[in-house]
Amino acid sequence: MTVLLAVCHKEFKDGLRNRWIVAISLILALLAIGLAYFGSAAAGRVGFSSLATTLVSLSSLAVFIIPLIALMLAYDSLVGEEENGTLLLLLSYPLARWQLLLGKLCGHGAILAVATLLGFGAAALVMGLFSDTTDWAALLPAFGLFILSAVLLGWVFIAFAYVISAVATEKSKAAGLALVLWFLLVLVFDLGLLGLLVGTEGKVDAELFPYLLLLNPTDIFRLISISYFAQEQLSGLMAIAQHVQLGTGALLLTLAGWLLLPVLLALWLFNRRPL
Amino acid sequence: MHIVELHQAEKRYREVHALQGLDLTLRPGEVLGLFGHNGAGKTTAIKLILGLIRPSAGTVRVFGHVPDGADARDRRRQIGFLQENVSFYDQLTGLEVLSYFARLKGVSRRHCLPTLEQVGLDHASGRRVKTYSKGMRQRLGLAQALLGEPKLLLLDEPTVGLDPIATRDFYQRLAQLKQQGCTIILCSHVLPGVEKYIDRALILGQGQLLAEGSLAQLRQQAALPLTLTLKGASYPLPAACADFVHRRSASDGIQLQVPLEHKMSCLRQLMTLPGLTDLELQPPSLEDLYSHFIHHQAVDRPHPMEECQ
Repeated sequence: MTVLLAVCHKEFKDGLRNRWIVAISLILALLAIGLAYFGSAAAGRVGFSSLATTLVSLSSLAVFIIPLIALMLAYDSLVGEEENGTLLLLLSYPLARWQLLLGKLCGHGAILAVATLLGFGAAALVMGLFSDTTDWAALLPAFGLFILSAVLLGWVFIAFAYVISAVATEKSKAAGLALVLWFLLVLVFDLGLLGLLVGTEGKVDAELFPYLLLLNPTDIFRLISISYFAQEQLSGLMAIAQHVQLGTGALLLTLAGWLLLPVLLALWLFNRRPL
Repeated sequence: MHIVELHQAEKRYREVHALQGLDLTLRPGEVLGLFGHNGAGKTTAIKLILGLIRPSAGTVRVFGHVPDGADARDRRRQIGFLQENVSFYDQLTGLEVLSYFARLKGVSRRHCLPTLEQVGLDHASGRRVKTYSKGMRQRLGLAQALLGEPKLLLLDEPTVGLDPIATRDFYQRLAQLKQQGCTIILCSHVLPGVEKYIDRALILGQGQLLAEGSLAQLRQQAALPLTLTLKGASYPLPAACADFVHRRSASDGIQLQVPLEHKMSCLRQLMTLPGLTDLELQPPSLEDLYSHFIHHQAVDRPHPMEECQ
């Protein structure tokens, strides 16, 4: 446990030093505040939108950017150490491979959690202070849930990044694979589902179909926001999702379960990786 | 008890025979020089000893136990390792990097600053590693290997990038560790000046053992001639020595290459020469021995590269 925490501590310090935490916090805060204030600009007004509108549209933007940030943060964690020569050195220490990997997960996870909390927390603070239409009692649990699900989504993608890092032979290949994965899960998956729906002229099982969304962690993340603000007007693929009879809690658990899969896969692959 | 024991250790990677049937035993306090070109099997041997890879055949024992597997992990606290071309975490300071490795090894942080002092990095302990020169990075690497008073040190090209004074300090530190019973494996393409510090040398080529033994034994095996340089000697040389003349020049005097068995007879006769002002005697250096054994192998089995040419 001590060595795991040592790795975790070192990764977190690295994140502070190379300004990852500051950069992510700033990006997320600007995104959230900008969306809250200018979100209804298309409707011809400027000013704070309602909490529900803000968070639902924020979640559909965060679903692009958080996986990207998580992948960039962690794609080189194993293959990069190997290129530096430190992987060989670390493994000659009394340190098991799973301890190294979970230690990194702990460190990178903490970086992402702190940055998300700071970024979106700042946005919540600004909304709470300056928006007349929202009160703290509604704001805090809503943002709390949003931050929690965003952090979980980030962790899932950090774990995906480790899977990539455990199989890639070079850092540049890992970066390419990370981009492909992001493209597939964030963009292609939804298009594919829509295509399936349209192509079969809606003949797919209407009961089953919405549950296909659970196969993609990014969709689960969006479902969480939607399930919380169920009264919102929805468009596109997410409109189908209203049939999903899962509560917010169950969705959160599913997302947490999603974390387990890539972590186990990464551990298995890393253990098989020759030195 | 043997610290390291390899018995017919072999490692194959698909087509490549990285190491073939290597036997090696090391006693406490012994310093072994492991020499060979790139790809000769040095790194493979080191990885086997560290337990990072498993032998394809044969056995490896370190401190009397198999070095891989879960129970071996704790024994790694007693091993120090520095590999070639390691670059540490640029964003952290020297002290932070060393503290990280100390925590992983279970060594108290109090030892970090003194260890940095030992390798001459105390003045730069608070600077980020990215500002370090190559030599400083190498010294940081040495510092992590020396953490926790290891019983077995494996050092791959340890003096690359070190200036002559730092190199001398480093060897003195090794001599101290040896005194305390630490077993050391120095791994290198030939290191000039390392002769004095090693008890035994092991020369590898293309995964095979080419020669092994103390320097004296290797000289016996190689039967390379001594080099004698005479100053001020006049001609003709005594008959017994005349055959061995290798080179003569007005400025450097006469150079003889004398086979070992003729050393004493030749010397006796030379001492009687009139006008001899100076005589310099040079036994074959480690470098000479190394190229002898490597060349020997090349003659026996042509190197694939040479075949192409």
